Amino acid sequence: MARYLAAHSEACSGCKTCQLICALIHFKENNPKKGAIIVKSNLPEPGFKITTCTQCGVCASVCPVEAIYEENGVYKIDRGKCIGCYACVSACPEEAMVRHPAETAPIKCDLCGECIPYCGLNVLYIAQV
Amino acid sequence: MLGGYMNKVLRINLTTGEIRTEPLDLNMARKFLGGRGFASYTLYKELKKGIDPLGPENKLIMASGPLAGLFHPCSSKITFAAKSPLTGIYGDSNMGGHLAAELKYAGYDMVIFEGSSNKPVYIVIDDDKVEIRDASHLWGKGTIETEKQLKDELGDDFQIAVIGPAGENLVKVAIIRHDFGRESGRTGVGAVMGSKKIKAIAVRGTKSIPVADFDEYLRIGKEMFKSLMSSPIFPEFQRYGTTMVVDWVNEIGAFPTRNFATGYHENYKELNGTAMKERVWIHDKACGFCPIACGNYSRVEYKGKTYYVEGPEYETIGMIGGCCVMPSIYEVTYGNYVCDNLGLDTISTGAIIAFAYECYEKGIITKNDTNGLELRWGDIESFAKLAEMIAKREGIGNILAEGVKKAAESFGKDSIKFAMQVKGMEISAYESHWAPAMLLAYATCDIGAHHNRAWAITYDIEVGREKITKDKAERVVFLQHARPMFDALGVCRLTWVECGLNLEYYAKIYSAVTGWETTLNDLLKCAERAWNQNRLFAIREIPDFGRKYDYPPARWMEEPAISGPTKGRLIPKEDVDKLLDFYYEVRGWDKYGRPTPEKIKELELEVTE
Repeated sequence: MARYLAAHSEACSGCKTCQLICALIHFKENNPKKGAIIVKSNLPEPGFKITTCTQCGVCASVCPVEAIYEENGVYKIDRGKCIGCYACVSACPEEAMVRHPAETAPIKCDLCGECIPYCGLNVLYIAQV
Repeated sequence: MLGGYMNKVLRINLTTGEIRTEPLDLNMARKFLGGRGFASYTLYKELKKGIDPLGPENKLIMASGPLAGLFHPCSSKITFAAKSPLTGIYGDSNMGGHLAAELKYAGYDMVIFEGSSNKPVYIVIDDDKVEIRDASHLWGKGTIETEKQLKDELGDDFQIAVIGPAGENLVKVAIIRHDFGRESGRTGVGAVMGSKKIKAIAVRGTKSIPVADFDEYLRIGKEMFKSLMSSPIFPEFQRYGTTMVVDWVNEIGAFPTRNFATGYHENYKELNGTAMKERVWIHDKACGFCPIACGNYSRVEYKGKTYYVEGPEYETIGMIGGCCVMPSIYEVTYGNYVCDNLGLDTISTGAIIAFAYECYEKGIITKNDTNGLELRWGDIESFAKLAEMIAKREGIGNILAEGVKKAAESFGKDSIKFAMQVKGMEISAYESHWAPAMLLAYATCDIGAHHNRAWAITYDIEVGREKITKDKAERVVFLQHARPMFDALGVCRLTWVECGLNLEYYAKIYSAVTGWETTLNDLLKCAERAWNQNRLFAIREIPDFGRKYDYPPARWMEEPAISGPTKGRLIPKEDVDKLLDFYYEVRGWDKYGRPTPEKIKELELEVTE
């Protein structure tokens, strides 16, 4: 059974708390640009769209240096091993991988679930398929 | 590197094109915290007495706060400030959205805009790269189109503040708008931005905000989220936002109806939170890092066209719906859209148009003055037309664009008695014929009549509305420190105001973030310092500034409320004087309303000519 972070985008208010807590947990930095969740608006048209990693593993299959590995159904990046070629970013079918100018390795969701309790509108959840 | 701050100030001179950075003044940080405090200190220090608010000598401050962009609820407030063209004294207005955080991620605590450009420009702050670019393709456009076009040109990850036609035309109630629905609405900061010919400010940052004690900071931040989200009020406030109070305000007779002639709108159920939620609401819209999402994104059809707008919030419902007596939430939502897109403050514009309706009704102005436009209470078409005339300074709009006080001086015939303003700024949406503490809050607010600095009406209800007592002054003074403390820290106050989040959290998290051991009293002292600094600013500008500038309009003191729960009530001038006596005493000011030398010394303020 596959598990991944999913979102009810239609209920999102665009506050980006999920991005900030994600960066704090994984980088110990106050920097939502290093969060592994993508929140976009199309304002002034209504609504927000959240993009999350579905743990499909395409990123691992295209990595030339095998820096992305699977652990209990979750794909993680060995940040020391990554050479920053961004083949995974281009290949990601969800466009869910994040690049930050201060980081060589891209940033992806490792399904820690820390973002979920801080979403005031209960938008985020762990999906099982 | 001091935690919480980016330790850098950006200074942009529009006359010379010079752009430079300066280290943050740590003494200022210690004494004034940030945001509004930085603005108070900087404007008093750097502006010469008597300058033209719309001339190149004025400075526009954009200041974030030390707790903005950090992990605790609603860390999203930025302050815009300048010498106000509406009041002639210190003016500021803060907004939420995502700009406060983004400015810090770009590496700055504050930006000071000086001088003025001779052609329209927009500013791009992209981390360390700062540019002044030509904006001739944007000049004349509405706020919505301007922000959208810049998002398309620069990228969705830029956070953008813009002005509309009202700001360009130096309308004194012009706003600065951001994120398609967040506004620095008050004191005419949009006109100051327009006078510098800055159409927009776009900011993007990729840096991290340093903190002194990471583990402690994160622990407190998580606790604050959990405490807020478990508040019993949280679900209702999340559902309705500020519109939650419409019913209650009518039940107590404080809804500003018919230009504050009464506190009760007969059709208020057509304007309340339920009406908003069921008829125009599409989805919730939050400022940065806010689990409440009190903002509501709405849709309204008008004459066959669809309009989207964030709102209406309580203040807009009060000032367009109540003050101008609109029949339902639909008209209010459309009026909200019109004002926002033109770049007009819905509070001041609601007050100005209500004043115009009343002048027309009383025959003080006629069709000859309005280019044939008939002005009628509750008529959204004339509201929208008049708003446009104000924003473009056409016909009578050119007089109304100066604000309700100047308009009354121009129209004469005692209309000043029902020009609902203090210090030249229009009163916001709490009718205070029978709310002495709220009246005192409006009378003494440092920027002119604004509820934001002291929402004291709940205290009137709690202790008795008839009471003219010192404790009311004490409550107002406490609120005038506690609420602006949030504006200085860069945080939304509604966590505490609406949901009761413990104020002590802010001292704890400020201490962990900065590494400076700080108590709540220390933070409140910083807010008191800024309050007194602003009073000294006004005294420096206006030689006879003092008590006579602290009186509310005659309507509240001489003319009883005409209907509803407060029918027949007023607060006579002698009671207002009593309240002011108490207030000055509590503040440590003399009987003319001027800070005493002892108070100035206690707050370590410098007085300059």
